Amino acid sequence: MDLFQIIDDIAKVDTEVYDRFDSRRAVFRNFLGYGKKVTATAIPLAVSSLFNKAYGQTSALPQIVIDTLNLALQLEYLEKYFYQTALASNILNAEQRDAFTIILNDENLHIATLRGVLQGSAIADPTRSGFDYTGSQNKRRAALFPTLGGTTDPTTGNFTSVADVLTLGQQVVDTGVRAYKGGAANLITQKDILETALNIHSVEARHVARIRSFRRGGIQSATAPKSWITPDETTATPTLPNNGVPGAPAAVGPYVAGTPAAKFPAENNVMQGLTPFDVQALTPTGGSATAGAEAFDEPLDAVTVKAIAKNFAADPAALFN
Amino acid sequence: MSLTPIAAPADERGLATPVARRSFLRYSGASLAIGGLLLAGCDDDDDTNTNPTLLDVGTGDIGVLNYAYALEQLEAAFYARVASGATGSYYAGANATEKAILNDLRDHEAIHAAFFKQALGSAAIKALEVDFSGIDFNQRTTAAGSAKMGVLNAAMAFEDLGVAAYNGAGRFITNVDYLTLAGKIVSVEARHAAVIRELITTNSFVASDVVNTTTTGTEKSKRPPVVLQTANQFLAAGSKLSANSFA
Repeated sequence: MDLFQIIDDIAKVDTEVYDRFDSRRAVFRNFLGYGKKVTATAIPLAVSSLFNKAYGQTSALPQIVIDTLNLALQLEYLEKYFYQTALASNILNAEQRDAFTIILNDENLHIATLRGVLQGSAIADPTRSGFDYTGSQNKRRAALFPTLGGTTDPTTGNFTSVADVLTLGQQVVDTGVRAYKGGAANLITQKDILETALNIHSVEARHVARIRSFRRGGIQSATAPKSWITPDETTATPTLPNNGVPGAPAAVGPYVAGTPAAKFPAENNVMQGLTPFDVQALTPTGGSATAGAEAFDEPLDAVTVKAIAKNFAADPAALFN
Repeated sequence: MSLTPIAAPADERGLATPVARRSFLRYSGASLAIGGLLLAGCDDDDDTNTNPTLLDVGTGDIGVLNYAYALEQLEAAFYARVASGATGSYYAGANATEKAILNDLRDHEAIHAAFFKQALGSAAIKALEVDFSGIDFNQRTTAAGSAKMGVLNAAMAFEDLGVAAYNGAGRFITNVDYLTLAGKIVSVEARHAAVIRELITTNSFVASDVVNTTTTGTEKSKRPPVVLQTANQFLAAGSKLSANSFA
């Protein structure tokens, strides 16, 4: 394949082909940065994306992909405004502040990335007032976490308890990790989007590992919680209302089963594989009794994710539908 | 403006020579293709299909699973050696927190490796022989000027590599259930990576060497051949791998 000959041939019918690749100014940005990331193995991708960029020939995304990415995007906004409010509340110590600033930057970039893929199909930014982290759904019901916005105006209020910030933060991000994991299957036909989603998913897991370390009092603390999900959390963590989401389990939460439970088990599950077998039995001699459950995280279905997330929408009818 | 070819001979299209303005747009607008073409012109020793001493992971979903199994074997062997206390003095003298973390990692990676071995059955690749001569098991972190990695730095490298590997292999999986399975493991590896990083450097859990912190916020995934270039440094001759179907 002679790429330059192809471009020359196109020039015969489209004299502006060169300009379609990049405006003159943009050439330098891409010229200096983009080329470095390419490996020989990515040539077909690079060439196809080159022409997609030139002619906007991105075919319409399947609806399941749009829906999956929009659910992810809504969760990213849930996280974004959570971190933003936590920082603005001025209750975090310096180390937590630095970590939350780093995480918030990642979430803003995730939002930009997902919006870039979704283009006009992306949901609107819910803004801070689209969320109520007290769980009162803007005073429709009693607050689950009154310190996370107060009771006067919970969709704008600041947070007053670091412990509650870390607790809800852990639950929200663990839910997000499960949501990305459950949604990945829907992206299997879109290889680039799939890889992007996997690459967001692992970053969210890094985030929650860090949040958990704050909850236990620091990385050198030997107390609970670990940075990986332990089986006791499935039974010890209070569940949340399911907001009447059709098909959702009666009680929902980041560590319990989704629906169907066989496909989306609770986090204390130890049966793994296409023909499931008990992985706790694979623990080395002298190893821990909880390693089998810890070694695998579990996906969550979209219905259950929405049921969980609606608890923190200001208007449960407006988001996570 | 200069184009820096990567170890390529002088290109017959004259990329090292001044070009007319219209031609400049033609070349630079397709810069990513140029980069790819230059690299394709490389004759890199590692980029070979013909090295008879490399064990290929295979094709299809089984090939991807064997690729994962190989990396889990490497991690399992590393933590087994660390936590056995038989190799090096770091673990024996480590505080209770770090011992507990390393014990958990030993358990998790042993489970991951054993899981793939059982799931693959007769299709599993062989037990690989590792080479940890580049790691100093007496050192918690890499000593200044040392040619050998400290234990935590090696752990970080393995965990980060595992995350990048699973994420970069996802596109090659055709069975959606295998994709979910890989997803269940990679987030645990990411939790591991974050913890090990924090033990070394505060708030390095998503540092820019592993996460794009400027435009996308995403993990820097790696394709199997790239991953294996690193993994092979820790595999003995006769156990080094290739992934020719997953370039």
